[in-house]
Amino acid sequence: MLEIRNLHASVNGNPILKGIHLKVQSGEVHAIMGPNGSGKSTLANILAGKDGYTVTDGLISYNGKNLLEMTPEERACEGIFLAFQYPVEIPGVNNTYFLKTALNAIRKYRGEEELDAMDFLNLVREKMKLVNMDEDLLKRPVNEGFSGGEKKRNEIFQMAVLDPRLAILDETDSGLDIDALRIVANGVNLLQSEHNSVIVVTHYQRLLNYIVPDYVHVLWDGRIVKSGGKELALKLEEQGYDWVKDEAGATL
Amino acid sequence: MKNDSDNLNDLANREYKYGFSTDIESDSAPPGLNEDIIRLISKKKEEPEFMLEWRLKAYRSWLEMEEPKWPNVKYPPINYQDIIYYSAPKAKEAKSPEEVDPKLLETYEKLGIPLKERDLLSGVAVDAVFDSVSVATTFKDKLSELGIIFCSFSEAVQNHPELVKKYLGSVVPPGDNYFAALNSAVFSDGSFCYVPKGVRCPMELSTYFRINALKTGQFERTLIVADEGAYVSYLEGCTAPIRDENQLHAAVVELVALDNAQIKYSTVQNWYPGDKDGKGGIYNFVTKRGKCAGVNSKISWTQVETGSAITWKYPGCLLLGDNSVGEFYSVALTANYQQADTGTKMIHVGKNTKSTIVSKGISAGFGQNTYRGLVKVMKSAENARNFSQCDSMLLGDQCGAHTFPYLEIKNNTAQVEHEATTSKIGEDQIFYCNQRGISKEDAINMIVNGFCKEVFKELPMEFAVEAQKLLGVSLEGSVG
Repeated sequence: MLEIRNLHASVNGNPILKGIHLKVQSGEVHAIMGPNGSGKSTLANILAGKDGYTVTDGLISYNGKNLLEMTPEERACEGIFLAFQYPVEIPGVNNTYFLKTALNAIRKYRGEEELDAMDFLNLVREKMKLVNMDEDLLKRPVNEGFSGGEKKRNEIFQMAVLDPRLAILDETDSGLDIDALRIVANGVNLLQSEHNSVIVVTHYQRLLNYIVPDYVHVLWDGRIVKSGGKELALKLEEQGYDWVKDEAGATL
Repeated sequence: MKNDSDNLNDLANREYKYGFSTDIESDSAPPGLNEDIIRLISKKKEEPEFMLEWRLKAYRSWLEMEEPKWPNVKYPPINYQDIIYYSAPKAKEAKSPEEVDPKLLETYEKLGIPLKERDLLSGVAVDAVFDSVSVATTFKDKLSELGIIFCSFSEAVQNHPELVKKYLGSVVPPGDNYFAALNSAVFSDGSFCYVPKGVRCPMELSTYFRINALKTGQFERTLIVADEGAYVSYLEGCTAPIRDENQLHAAVVELVALDNAQIKYSTVQNWYPGDKDGKGGIYNFVTKRGKCAGVNSKISWTQVETGSAITWKYPGCLLLGDNSVGEFYSVALTANYQQADTGTKMIHVGKNTKSTIVSKGISAGFGQNTYRGLVKVMKSAENARNFSQCDSMLLGDQCGAHTFPYLEIKNNTAQVEHEATTSKIGEDQIFYCNQRGISKEDAINMIVNGFCKEVFKELPMEFAVEAQKLLGVSLEGSVG
């Protein structure tokens, strides 16, 4: 589904990613871990097509297409979803209206008929249950006045409605208490199937107690320096990142 | 990757779809302004003597006045002797909308304003003003059954001189300001409306202004009087052809609300804004004021200003009656090289008077948007209250937003609140929408409309939809 080869990228001339290799197949859950400043969010943003990053080398192919040539909205329409670390507020724009516009833009792109208000509402009601969304949040402007937990829940709710093929969760666990974490993780698990994939970007291991990854990758200084199964995450939790850095330092 | 803010600045290709002109023979006065021209206008309108006197007095005071230099707008000096002050389509007078010259009907049809009553949106009566004259007023008979007078200003002068004499200039005196004085001297037509005691006007009344002739100024006058306990909602729309020269539009609107009366006045202003290099466009220098003369009266202004090269207007309320209420809701958009200096004046005189001001300014391209508002609480205004909120949104980094709130409080029981914010349309917001599959244009449209929501919800339904679309068109091409 997704293949990243030798990806180099910089921000304002400073190299951040220095040769990332990653392959994600349908149905897989990958966790990307690493200390602050290792390039985790940069990677997530580049996949989604955010401005301000210069790809200096390498390529990303997504379902056989060159991802780097696609606009952010094309990527979204092709099934890439980024759950933001800091979801923005859009004052005055109703949450439901926003989501309906998004869903219908995607459906239109795919040559599907746009959903009418009734069908949309039915879909929304069904998906709301997945993340215990309060109906009240639907009527409010997008993320405006939402608590940190509500914002993250809204992200997963949007993901549930838009039904992406590749979901990227950028530090979705940060700022969540344990109950919210469980609800969010549960929502992700319910959406997970053999047809879609998830990349979980996280600083801590605790989210991985609930979303169990097939692969864990450690990002350090712009490279994936270690990959393994879910047990790698536990080891990191126990011993920190220093041993990985030492190992990596030795091989560089 | 391409930079978003570069794209945002590029407000090119903004299309003005009302830019066509109508080829119709017109009866025009020669350019220039002097007492003879004023006499000519008055004669053409077959006005009674008191009107001519009124005009000449206004003209003489205009001669002594100076064009205001304080607005935060720039334009080359206007040569008032170059302007044509009277232009009317040459056609025999129409007794009913069915008899109007087909060319004119077609023009209004193209603008989306059918003048045949059967095609009209039910519930909206229209007075259509073309250059200097009113060409048709619809639903007149139906309204007159209720005692409501809705007609062109010229007709009102003929048929209801006592009302005109009583109220004309009672809110905006002829010498009020430079442009009001000019208007008072040369105004040629406009709409007149009187709603009698206790009558709630059952339909929206509207005037649709169209400037067609070249080098012509439009100086119309609107007077609306709501007698005791009456209610009326009034809409105003306007467009003009694309011309390379700037054209002057200096209108005066006067509203009078007596005891327990309510007037709601909404404007969607879409004059030709000039091209993307700032060439051409209408100078919209307008004086609008409402007088809450009676107790418990209410006047509410809602404006959506998207057109004109330069906008200069401050629809205000004079709150004389105790417990009277004044409201001002405004969206002003400046794109390309448009300039707007707009806001309101709320003058509290009566006890327990209340005013609300919500202003939303959007600047894009090289647009300059200024909010200028005065809240004045007189000594007599015990327990006056005002709430003002002025928000500005910037698209790109070549445009500007300015806020000049003036407060004059002479009674210490007054409560006055002012809130102001300036935000840049966030690239993060746009990216967030993009990431959900929504295109840049749709995203900007959505964000800007969200920003204006508090004002749009004050507009009558059909107008709110039009305003949203208009904002969309006006911002078209604001992204790459």
